[in-house]
Amino acid sequence: MKHDGVLMGKVDQQELAEFAKQADAWFAENTPGDPGFMLPLSFLEVGTDQQFEFLRDWQRKVYEAGYLGAAWPTDYGGGGLDQAFQDAATEAMRRHKGPIMLNAIGLNWAGPLLLDMGAEAEKSKHLKNILSAEDIWCQGFSEPDNGSDLGNAQLTAVRDGGDYVLNGSKIWTTLGNYAKYMILLARTNKDAPNKYAGLSFFLAPMTVAGVETHPIRKISGEYGFTQTFFTDARIPAGCLMGEEGQGWLIALRTLEYERGARGGQAGGYIMTPIDVASVVDLAKEMKRDGAPAIEDPLVRDKLVEFIIEGQALDLCDQRGRIAPLVQDRPMALPLSAKLMWSEFAQRLTAFAMSLTGAKGGYYVGEPNAVERGLWTRSYLNSFAATIGGGTSEIQRNIIAEHVLGLPKG
Amino acid sequence: MDHLGRMGFSEAQADLLEVATSFCREKSPVEKARKLLDDEKGYDPAVWNEIVALGWLGIAIPEEYDGAGLGLAEVAPVIEQMGRRLLAGPFCSSTLAAQALLAGGTEEQRKTFLPQIIAGEIATLALSEESGDWSLVHLKARAERAGDKFSLSGVKNFVWDASAARWIIASVLYEGEPALVMIECGALPDGALRREVIIDETRRSYELKLDGVDVPASALLDPAKARAALAHIHLAANLLAAAEMVGGTQAVIDYTIDYLQTRKQFGKLIGAYQGLKHPTVNAFTQYEQARSHLYAAAHCFNEQGTGEIATRMAKAEADKALSYAADRAIQFHGGFGFTYECDAQLYRRRAIWHASQYGDAAYHRRKLAELIL
Ligand SMILES: Cc1cc2nc3c(=O)[nH]c(=O)nc-3n(C[C@H](O)[C@H](O)[C@H](O)COP(=O)(O)OP(=O)(O)OC[C@H]3O[C@@H](n4cnc5c(N)ncnc54)[C@H](O)[C@@H]3O)c2cc1C
Repeated sequence: MKHDGVLMGKVDQQELAEFAKQADAWFAENTPGDPGFMLPLSFLEVGTDQQFEFLRDWQRKVYEAGYLGAAWPTDYGGGGLDQAFQDAATEAMRRHKGPIMLNAIGLNWAGPLLLDMGAEAEKSKHLKNILSAEDIWCQGFSEPDNGSDLGNAQLTAVRDGGDYVLNGSKIWTTLGNYAKYMILLARTNKDAPNKYAGLSFFLAPMTVAGVETHPIRKISGEYGFTQTFFTDARIPAGCLMGEEGQGWLIALRTLEYERGARGGQAGGYIMTPIDVASVVDLAKEMKRDGAPAIEDPLVRDKLVEFIIEGQALDLCDQRGRIAPLVQDRPMALPLSAKLMWSEFAQRLTAFAMSLTGAKGGYYVGEPNAVERGLWTRSYLNSFAATIGGGTSEIQRNIIAEHVLGLPKG
Repeated sequence: MDHLGRMGFSEAQADLLEVATSFCREKSPVEKARKLLDDEKGYDPAVWNEIVALGWLGIAIPEEYDGAGLGLAEVAPVIEQMGRRLLAGPFCSSTLAAQALLAGGTEEQRKTFLPQIIAGEIATLALSEESGDWSLVHLKARAERAGDKFSLSGVKNFVWDASAARWIIASVLYEGEPALVMIECGALPDGALRREVIIDETRRSYELKLDGVDVPASALLDPAKARAALAHIHLAANLLAAAEMVGGTQAVIDYTIDYLQTRKQFGKLIGAYQGLKHPTVNAFTQYEQARSHLYAAAHCFNEQGTGEIATRMAKAEADKALSYAADRAIQFHGGFGFTYECDAQLYRRRAIWHASQYGDAAYHRRKLAELIL
């Protein structure tokens, strides 16, 4: 008996097909066309109010139509359906090239974290507003002096009556200037037996006095993250998630959601999917020595390599769902996914840039640029994923130590 | 870019994977694989008999010829595990010869030979020639009609397991077109077979001189199917090679990890050095990707168009993965890595061997460019 490796246990296939059809029709009808200004490639580069408002409206609209959070519980504003339904909706969104979902940190890591470990009150308060983009969320983990070594975070949270008082600074805070809440890793105990034990996790409001965000300009010229300063900022003690000292544990769990090693995300996508097929199209359009670049044997070989690798990523995703084919090292695929696709995207976009020949020297804003400078901009922004969310080097350490059992450095 | 493969896995594949995993681990510990390197035969007949008894020769043969009625998809996990344990023997040879009969034989030939192959009679293929060309249709060997016989001439190379085989299916030009003929090894003149010196010492390969060899008219496989059969064998051989290489990649990575966890320099386990750790992770992620391609190719093998694309991708990726993993294994064992004693060489040699047979990664990418761009 053949099956395609998809568990089809409890899902009513007819219902699912009907839902997928409706989703397809909805996105066909409602996906916005060119807004007349440049949209960010991902949630990381939301730099103007115009972009922000546009994407916020779009997310709300998708949510209200039932195509975001379809698999989250109805009690918290979700659709209460099986994950397969949300996957079908996301697929339809991708097919119609819908804009990205804005509230990435809420939808993909804070949300599932709350569903997983949150108190009832926290879930009721936050989840629906995450889905509707009413409350934008950001993540306060990295600090100027502590990035990869996240466990060494030094921003302090000191209990004072009914409040915690925050002092210190976070950096690279994506969506920092639009966020209403921050998932915050802070030090509540300087004398803990080790650096991890002194950390606590907060669902901190950004709207209190003493919180300031300073936008930082990116390599691509765009904006999207901030340095965030806390100066005697008071937040209610109830913002503590779990208990004091559990911060590291909760942060690690959050990173599993962020890196896609654990499921439960609300759905949709937060980065414009990169697609080898469009690089193949590019090779057909661009010229080398008077002929289409795609006729150059070296270009052809490179393209085939990229197609094979892109296909490998899809296939690894599919294989991950077939238990007997991952039994030797079950965590290998989930923990490798981010490393594999982010490095792939970087090499692919660099190659696409070179395909554009002399026009690789143009950039966004130049009317002669190929696809408005898309490839150069994509290449520059590709570092967001090889650095953010834990650098590729850190990912390799994690795979080496946690999957292959190699000794710590 | 239509016709890309998909992942899929049957219950039969899962069962075979499980059984083959423990069988190969038990029957082919590396010390035993090493002992067989110097053995003239090159494999353990007792293990071969057990493989026959398990019915594995019949996995991809239809029930009407006494087979299990499954496909090469189900052979792939078995060969993957054989590759992982360097288990030697004529399993691939006989499996591919059976595929040649299925794709190119007459009904009479299939009925006669397939049940015997399933019962353990060994058959192999003689498709390559001195030119070393991977194309299976540019041939010099010939068959000429002589009354009710064919007389053969020319030389074939890379005839795997020939001295153990009862039959060899050889490709020849007949009336200017490629054709396949079945040769009874018992009828070969003395000196027709010469053992070749090959890089992978776990295998046996022979040169076959066809001059002076006559076969009866009934030995000719269906000439109308010859080209299609050769195309089928080319893909089947690459699928099986990919499986063996993916298994080998896993083994050589495990072997390297073992050393990185035990060898110390400068007071530290060498696995703690990122100069070794990170390339090992790169080898591992390549292995994961190659394994995904393998099982997609196995799943889609029989689909027109998709099967060929997926199989060529699988071979190309398996070549890349095993070559890199084994190359780093040598380097990461230091001076010991340079010795015959270190197992890294077994896998590096095997990668070279498989790249040399039925096309390496670059060759398959070149074919893929024609198919998908
Ligand atoms: C676009 C973008 C968005 C981001 N958004 C957020 C956000 O919203 N919230 C948030 O908290 N953070 C965010 N980050 C921060 C991100 O998580 C950190 O940049 C990242 O973890 C690296 O930390 P660092 O910048 O301090 O670099 P460092 O840790 O100083 O690293 C410098 C270099 O050293 C290497 N290195 C460090 N330690 C090791 C080691 N043990 N072994 C080998 N190599 C090592 C790194 O790989 C890197 O190449 C974002 C980053 C980017 C680029």
